[in-house]
Amino acid sequence: MDYGKFMTIAISAIFINNFILTRFLGLCPFIGVSKQTKPALGMGAAVIFVMTLSGFITWIVYKYLLVPFGLEYLRTIAFILVIAVFVQAVEMAMAKLSPALYRAMGIYIPLITTNCAVLGVTVLNVNMFFKKDMSIGFSFIASLLQAFCAGIGFMLAMLLMSGIRERLDLTDVPQSLAGIPIAFIVASLMSMAFLGFSGFKF
Amino acid sequence: MNILLPVIVLGALGIIFGLWLGFVQKLFFIKKDPRIEHIFSLLPGSNCGACGLAGCYGLAGALAKGEVESITCPIVHEKEREDIAKILGINMSEVEKRVATLICGGGTRCKDNFQYYGIEDCNIATLVMNGPKSCLSGCIGFGSCVKPCPFNAIRMGKDGLPEIDSKKCTGCGKCVKACPKEILILAPLKKMYSIMCNSHDKGADVMKACKVGCIACGKCVKICPVGAIELNDNVAVMDYTKCTNCGQCIEVCPTKAIGKRETNV
Repeated sequence: MDYGKFMTIAISAIFINNFILTRFLGLCPFIGVSKQTKPALGMGAAVIFVMTLSGFITWIVYKYLLVPFGLEYLRTIAFILVIAVFVQAVEMAMAKLSPALYRAMGIYIPLITTNCAVLGVTVLNVNMFFKKDMSIGFSFIASLLQAFCAGIGFMLAMLLMSGIRERLDLTDVPQSLAGIPIAFIVASLMSMAFLGFSGFKF
Repeated sequence: MNILLPVIVLGALGIIFGLWLGFVQKLFFIKKDPRIEHIFSLLPGSNCGACGLAGCYGLAGALAKGEVESITCPIVHEKEREDIAKILGINMSEVEKRVATLICGGGTRCKDNFQYYGIEDCNIATLVMNGPKSCLSGCIGFGSCVKPCPFNAIRMGKDGLPEIDSKKCTGCGKCVKACPKEILILAPLKKMYSIMCNSHDKGADVMKACKVGCIACGKCVKICPVGAIELNDNVAVMDYTKCTNCGQCIEVCPTKAIGKRETNV
């Protein structure tokens, strides 16, 4: 197997095509839960978990259920089903295991269901790793890796943003920009910074 | 037949996932206080926030946990109130119903200092030399208290003053916060009389600005048998906890600055 390719996939998913800052997917929790580092970390962990597992399940569903029956056109609805189930499971587990985190994240846990970053990574997996010249093993591992690394990239962006916003709270922001508006400005600056990675070629 | 295949595939997926979710639910089962849902169903569900907590579900949770001693919701009906008390097994201390009350009688009877052309909003008009009214605490009459009311209890009357429907008013206090002149207060519904002026100007200045302002003559203070009215910084102030609804003050007021509310709610 070509390990260089896996490296490329990982770097690409985390930095070059960062789901939040380059692809602009999943902006709702990015703005909503990034006020403090701890909930941001929890949100990132939840998204990594949901992304990886739904990447795993959607690959199986697509390869062994949708392709053999010729139902590729059902992939959006089938993937949403998988994602929704995982988010529900994460929500239940979190309410039991960490009630404090559950309260801090509030409405944003069910909103992972409609987080386009999660659906985006599964659809991208299908588009990128279901070509004719790819072996099943490579396709599977590459899909899983991309899903996991997309989650890492999501968490990275969340952590950077929450760190900045925690400091922003202490600064004297003009009144008309305080709160969400300054967060958007910061997000766009970060996005421009991440644009620098797009020069990397492997 | 073509339609059957996708239906079966998606249906099977749904059933498998459903079973799995049921299993997870069992695995991570949390014991919740069943009383919370029950109390929540009895509360009005308007989420007005008058109880001081985050919506009706917040109050239900706080009541079940015992964080709140009495049912602080001002709008829940008597029957539901008793039911909730039964569920909690506590003795109900009744919360007196309070309604928004205007303490300004000016409106069109209060002179304008200048003509205001601009956005018709009290808060914005106040930024321009404290508003067009010659009285600093006079009602501007653009009705900024009307919009925030979640129960449609306020509308603007003909005399340039808001009219409050005390049947609809729940005492949530949103209009009180919205008024820039601070001339809306929450007063007990059962107390009928209010001093309809909040101007701290001297008597002579009040007379120039407004026909129905309090000139702080002190007649109502003298006649009140229970001492419920006091002069405070050139205006009479009513203490609603002492007032007995006798109505003697309204008769002696020379400028008719005391108002009466019909209370047959």
